[in-house]
Amino acid sequence: MKIIVVGIGKVGQTVAEQLALEEHDVTVVDTDPDAVNDAVQSADVIGVIGNGAVQRTLQEAGVADCDLVIALTGSDEVNLLCCLMAQKTGGARTIARIRNPEYTGQIGLIQDSLGLARAINPEKEAAAEIQRILKMPVARNADMFSMGKVELISFIVDENCLLCGKSLSESFAHIKARALLCAVERGSELTIPDGNFVVQKGDVAAVLIPTAEVPDFFRQIGFRTSNVRNIMIIGGGKIAYYLVKSLLRLNVSVTIIERNREIAEKLSLEFPKANIIHGDGTNRSLLLEEGLTHMDALCSLTGIDEENIVLSLFAKSVAPQVKTVTKVNRTAFQEVIRAIDVGSVVYPKYTTANLILQYVRANSKRGGNGGDVQKLARIINNRAEAIEFSVAEGSRVIGKTLTDLELKKGILIGSIIRDGKAFIPRGSDAIHAGDSVIVVTITQRLTEIDDILKD
Amino acid sequence: MNKRMIARTLGFILLAEAALLLLPVFTALYYQARFPSEDNVLFEYLATAGIAAAFGLILISVRPKDKTIYARDGFAIVSLGWIVMSLVGAIPFTITGEIPNYLDALFEIVSGFTTTGASILSTNGGGAPGDLSALSHASLLWRSFSHWLGGMGVLVFLMAVLPLAGGGGDIHLMRAESPGPDVGKLVPKSNQSARILYLIYTGLTLTEILLLYIGHHCGTDPNMDFFTSVCLSFGTAGTGGFATRVSGFADYSHYSQTVIAVFMMLFGINFSIYYLLLCKRFKDAFRDEELRIYLGVLGIAVALVTINTFKTAFTSFGDALHHAFFQVTSVITTTGFSTVDFNQWPNFSRVILFLLMFLGASAGSTGGGVKVVRCILMLKAAKVGARRLSHPRNVTSVTFNGKPVSRDTLNNTTTYFIVYSAIYVTSVILVALDPNLTSITSVVTGVAATLNNIGPALEELSPTANYGFLWPLSKIVFIFDMLLGRLEIFPLLFLVMPSAYKRHFRLHKPY
Repeated sequence: MKIIVVGIGKVGQTVAEQLALEEHDVTVVDTDPDAVNDAVQSADVIGVIGNGAVQRTLQEAGVADCDLVIALTGSDEVNLLCCLMAQKTGGARTIARIRNPEYTGQIGLIQDSLGLARAINPEKEAAAEIQRILKMPVARNADMFSMGKVELISFIVDENCLLCGKSLSESFAHIKARALLCAVERGSELTIPDGNFVVQKGDVAAVLIPTAEVPDFFRQIGFRTSNVRNIMIIGGGKIAYYLVKSLLRLNVSVTIIERNREIAEKLSLEFPKANIIHGDGTNRSLLLEEGLTHMDALCSLTGIDEENIVLSLFAKSVAPQVKTVTKVNRTAFQEVIRAIDVGSVVYPKYTTANLILQYVRANSKRGGNGGDVQKLARIINNRAEAIEFSVAEGSRVIGKTLTDLELKKGILIGSIIRDGKAFIPRGSDAIHAGDSVIVVTITQRLTEIDDILKD
Repeated sequence: MNKRMIARTLGFILLAEAALLLLPVFTALYYQARFPSEDNVLFEYLATAGIAAAFGLILISVRPKDKTIYARDGFAIVSLGWIVMSLVGAIPFTITGEIPNYLDALFEIVSGFTTTGASILSTNGGGAPGDLSALSHASLLWRSFSHWLGGMGVLVFLMAVLPLAGGGGDIHLMRAESPGPDVGKLVPKSNQSARILYLIYTGLTLTEILLLYIGHHCGTDPNMDFFTSVCLSFGTAGTGGFATRVSGFADYSHYSQTVIAVFMMLFGINFSIYYLLLCKRFKDAFRDEELRIYLGVLGIAVALVTINTFKTAFTSFGDALHHAFFQVTSVITTTGFSTVDFNQWPNFSRVILFLLMFLGASAGSTGGGVKVVRCILMLKAAKVGARRLSHPRNVTSVTFNGKPVSRDTLNNTTTYFIVYSAIYVTSVILVALDPNLTSITSVVTGVAATLNNIGPALEELSPTANYGFLWPLSKIVFIFDMLLGRLEIFPLLFLVMPSAYKRHFRLHKPY
C-alpha cells in the first residue's frame, strides 16, 4: 500500500517504521526538517517537508495515487483538516488522531461526517489497555478478541504456579478450564510450545482463554485472583482521565496524585467521587500517607518514564502485593526495562501503532475485499502476533481437519469462535465458513487467513 | 563497527565485479578471431574474474550476527568497496602487459571508476606497451565500462539487484556513495529508487549509443563504429572521459561531437528531474532551482568562451560556438572529453574552464566537482550573513526550491567546503614536490582536474599530454584525490580517522 504519514512525532515515527518494515511505500510529512531527516535515516521511507494540511504538500507527497493517509500531528484540528484535504484531493482513505477529551462525545459524528476510516485516540486506547491489565492482576498484558469473548493473557510463571517444572500435557491433564498456552518466552528465546514443553520459573507465558473461564484457569494453576478494589494513580494526564472515568463506573475506589493544582482542580470537578490529591507523586511520605501499602494496584502515568519506573519499583519494595502498571513513552530501552521486574508496562506508542497496523493489514489484502483481519495484537514485547481472522466462503482452510492442514512454520491456531461461542480447537476440529479464527505466529506476517497455509 | 556485515557486503561487491568482468571477456572472445594480436587477453580477464569471484565467495560466507548498519558502517563499506574494486580492476591491465606497471594500472582504473578520465597512457601510436594504441578492444571496453559503473555507483547497482542491508540500512550506503549534500530517494523504498535510477541511466545511455551509431550508419562519421559508440557512450554517461583513439576527438564528425556534448549536459542533471518528467510533473521539474542555475551557468560560460575564442583560436563563429559548447559542457559535467587542445586558448577562456572545474555538475547526477547545489547554498548562507551585518537581529532562513534548508545541511556544506579546501591545498603542496612538473599552472590545475574528476588539466597535463611521466608520489596523491572527489571526501576520510576504529560501545546481552 502507498501510505502517507503526516506528523512525525513519537507515534508517527513508530508507525512509519513499522509500516516500512511491513513493505509498504511510506512517505512522511512534517514541518520540521530535522524530524523528517531523522525518520528518513532510521527507516526505509521518503520525506516531504511541509504542512500536511496544505494541498500542495499533500500533492507533493503523492496523495493522488495513495491508499491511506494517517494524520498524527500534535493538533486534532490540523489532523482533521489534513484528512479532509487528502480525501478531496486524492480520494485516499484517512485515519486521524483525535485526542482532546472534550471531543470524545462527538467522535462518531466527526468520523461519519468527515468520512474518516478511523479516529484514533492513543490515550483512550492506552487507558483501555491498562484497565484490561487491572482486571486480571496476574496478567502482565491482556488483549481481547472477538468482542471480548476470548482473552490473550501473558503472565510470568513463578514457583507457586502449578505449571512450573512440568510438561504441558502433564499439567493440563489436571486443569479443567479450557486454555491454550500459545507462546513462551525464556530469556531471548521465543517458542510455540507443544505437549512435551516443560515450563520453568521466570518464563513469560501467553495463554488464550475464553473470557468466562479466565478466573477459573488462574485459580486452578495457583494464582490469587482477587479483584482490584483500591487503585492509586500518579499523574493526572489524559490517560488517567480516561482510566478514572471507566474505573469509577465499576465502583473502584481511586486515588489520583497530581502535581499541578489547576489540573487537580479540573479533575475534582469532573470526578467528584475520586480522591484527588494535589502533591508530588514522587514524594515518599506522601505516597505512604495516602496508603500506597494498602492499595491493590498502582498506575504510574506521569510524563517522565524514569519517574514512572522508579515509582513502580518503590511500590514493589514496600508492598509486594501491589499490582503495578507503568507507562513508558520511549520504546528505545525495552530490553533494559524487561530485565527489571516493574510489573506490567504499557507503551502507548505501540498501542497506537498496533491499531493502525491492524487497519492496514485488514485492508492491504491482494484480493481486496478487505476486512479479513478483525483484530491484531502483538504480544510478549511485540515479538509475537495474535490475529483474529474472519473466515469467508471459499477460503482454502475450510473443510479439512486441523491435523490435515499444512501450516507454515511458527503458526498456531489458537481458538475458533463459532456462533458466538469460543472454544480451543483440537486436531479433529475443522474450520467452517463464517467462523472467526485466532492465529498466533512468531515468524510470519499474515494479512489473510490463507497465509497460514504452505503455498 | 559491524565488521562482519562490512566483510559480507565487500564480498557481494567482488562477486558483482566478477560478473561485470565478463563483459570484457565476451569482447575479447569476439575480437580474438578478428585481431590476431589480441588473442592473449581472454584468459587474463577470465582469471581476474575468477580471483574476484573466489574472494567474493569467501567473504559472503561470513554470517553477520547483527544485520543493522549505521552511517559509519555505510562509510566503511563504500570506501573499502571502492578501494578493493579498483585493486582488482587494475589486475588485467598489468597481467596482459598492456600497462606493465601496477601503480599505473591502478591509476588508470581508479581514474575509470571515479569517472575522472585522466590517463597515464601515452598517445604516440605505434603500439608500444603503455600507449593507448596498444590496448586491446577488451581493455578499451573495460576502461570505458568502469566509467559507466562508477558514474551511478556500484553499491547503488547492487542495491537495485538485491537487498543489501535491508530496512533502514540501505540509505546509509546510498548516502555514502551518491553525490550531493542531501540524498533524496525517488520513491519510498531504497531498492526501488536504485532500480529507477539505473533504468533512467541505462535508457539514456542506450539512446546515446543509438544516436552515435545512426550517425556512423548514415555515413556522416566513418570513425564512430559500433564499438566506439558504446565506449564513448559509457564515458559520457558516467561523465568519465577516456578516449579510445590516440588522436582524441578531432577525428569525429561535428554530428557525433554535438550528440556527445548534448548527452554530457544531460548526464550532468540531477536524475530526480528525469523521474519527475517520467511522472509527468513537468512544472516541478522545470521549477528546480539547481537545474535552472546549472543551465544558466552553462549558457553564460559558453557565450563568454565563444566570444573570447572567436577570432583568437577559431576563424569561424560556428566553430568557436561548437567547440566552446563542447568544452564547457565537458568541463562543467566533469567529463573531460576534448575536441581541441583548450590549452591553446586565450587565458580568459582557460580561467573560465579552470573555475568551472570546481563548480561541477548537479547533485544526484553522475558528475563530480563541488556540485552546483552546494555553491548555491553557500552563496545564500553568505547573503544571510551579510544582511546580519547591517541588521544584527535579522532572521532570514536559507531556502532551496522554496523549502527551508535545515541547519544540519548548511553545517555539513560548510564543513565540506573547509575539508575540501584543505585537501586541495595539501595535494597541491605534495604534487609541487614532483620534479617532472615545472609550471605552477600544471600543479594547480592537475589537482583540480583529479579532485573534481575531470581528467585533462592545463599546460603539462593538457588534453594532448598524459599523467604517465609523473613521480609515483604524485600518482598516489592523484589516486587519492580522485577517490576523495568521487566519494565526496567524508567516507574515505572516515577510514583514516582513528575514531573509526575505536569501540564506542559494546553491547551486553540483557542480564
